[in-house]
Amino acid sequence: MAKIIGAIGTSHIPAIGKAIAGNLQETPYWKNFFDGYKPIHKWLENNQPDVVVVFYNDHGLDFFIDKKPTFAIGAAASYQNSDEGWGIKTIPEAKGDEDMSWHICNELVDDEFDITICQELRVDHGLTVPLQLMWPGNNYSHLKVIPVAINCEQHPMPSPKRCFDLGRSIGKAIESYDSDQKVLVLGTGGLSHQLEGERAGFINKEFDLMCMDKLVYDPQDILGYSIRDLVEIAGAQGPELNMWLSMRGTLLGDIKQLHHNYTIPISNTGAGTLLLEQK
Amino acid sequence: MSYLNNPKPIAGTTLFDGKAARKGYSLNKMCFSFNEQNARDEFLSNEGAYCEKFGLSVKQKLAIKERDVLGLIDLGGNIYYLAKFVGMLGLNMQDIGAMQTGKTVEEFKAMLAKAGE
Repeated sequence: MAKIIGAIGTSHIPAIGKAIAGNLQETPYWKNFFDGYKPIHKWLENNQPDVVVVFYNDHGLDFFIDKKPTFAIGAAASYQNSDEGWGIKTIPEAKGDEDMSWHICNELVDDEFDITICQELRVDHGLTVPLQLMWPGNNYSHLKVIPVAINCEQHPMPSPKRCFDLGRSIGKAIESYDSDQKVLVLGTGGLSHQLEGERAGFINKEFDLMCMDKLVYDPQDILGYSIRDLVEIAGAQGPELNMWLSMRGTLLGDIKQLHHNYTIPISNTGAGTLLLEQK
Repeated sequence: MSYLNNPKPIAGTTLFDGKAARKGYSLNKMCFSFNEQNARDEFLSNEGAYCEKFGLSVKQKLAIKERDVLGLIDLGGNIYYLAKFVGMLGLNMQDIGAMQTGKTVEEFKAMLAKAGE
């Protein structure tokens, strides 16, 4: 059966993509942030996943609000990045794993998660920036990617508990998939930030650190927040914590935290990095 | 019960809910089009005509003309689509953060840095 070997929580903000394009990794502003990925690179080198499931949100590249899925999963042979309108450099396509995607979709619907299944899906910085962070130089062509998009753009948004349960269901689906593939899960986005309104620039360091801590061994403790709570406590984009909760949900076995980092501010956010290994 | 039934406002924050999504549909649809270079070119060559093409309201057209981000949010703009509008104009999230909070960009960045202390 396929095996989830670990999971990573990471920021996906566009400024990171621009910093990579500008080769700014060693500059004072960026150094602590990018240094936080070095232990992850080493772990990836040693563990070599075959498939990467990426929880992200589409910030208006493929999905518009004419039709806005709450949960959407890619089931394509490949995923293209594309112009987002404000100048972030696009990256090469990522390969998909149609067979595993359909298996996950079949099991999810059977488990009463009625997801939107996408045979064409353009992926934005929410997915591409994490790929660039994990595999510098865009060296991800040996991997297959399965995108899972969670609505974080239009209210109502799914609850933290629902997103954790979605992760649980995906974890079970992967562990029941007849293959010997090693799977890595990425939870992207966050942590606290607010882009819009008079409260723009709001960040809550204390809350971010508490969530990163709880997420590892006591995720149940942070599933009781409503989306409104997250907006109030962690800013208008605080609900992006949902992708981290889905990521954590996929880990059904014993886990160990191998690495964590937190840099504030990166652009307008508190940027968390977390590496969990599943035994 | 939906969390959106809580009538208490969150200071300095507008939730992009069904009401905003309806009010801002044309505005956001126009901003969504800016994913395409030819749409950006068309807008920049004649802003008024491009707004007209998408059926923006008089208030929305004025707020676009004045680059009034807070006004656009109040008129149903969604920050992710507005990001494509302001990004096309060469502004980043610190620039529009400063615009929305009445600070200079340096003051806004200093506020972000302070949150890390």
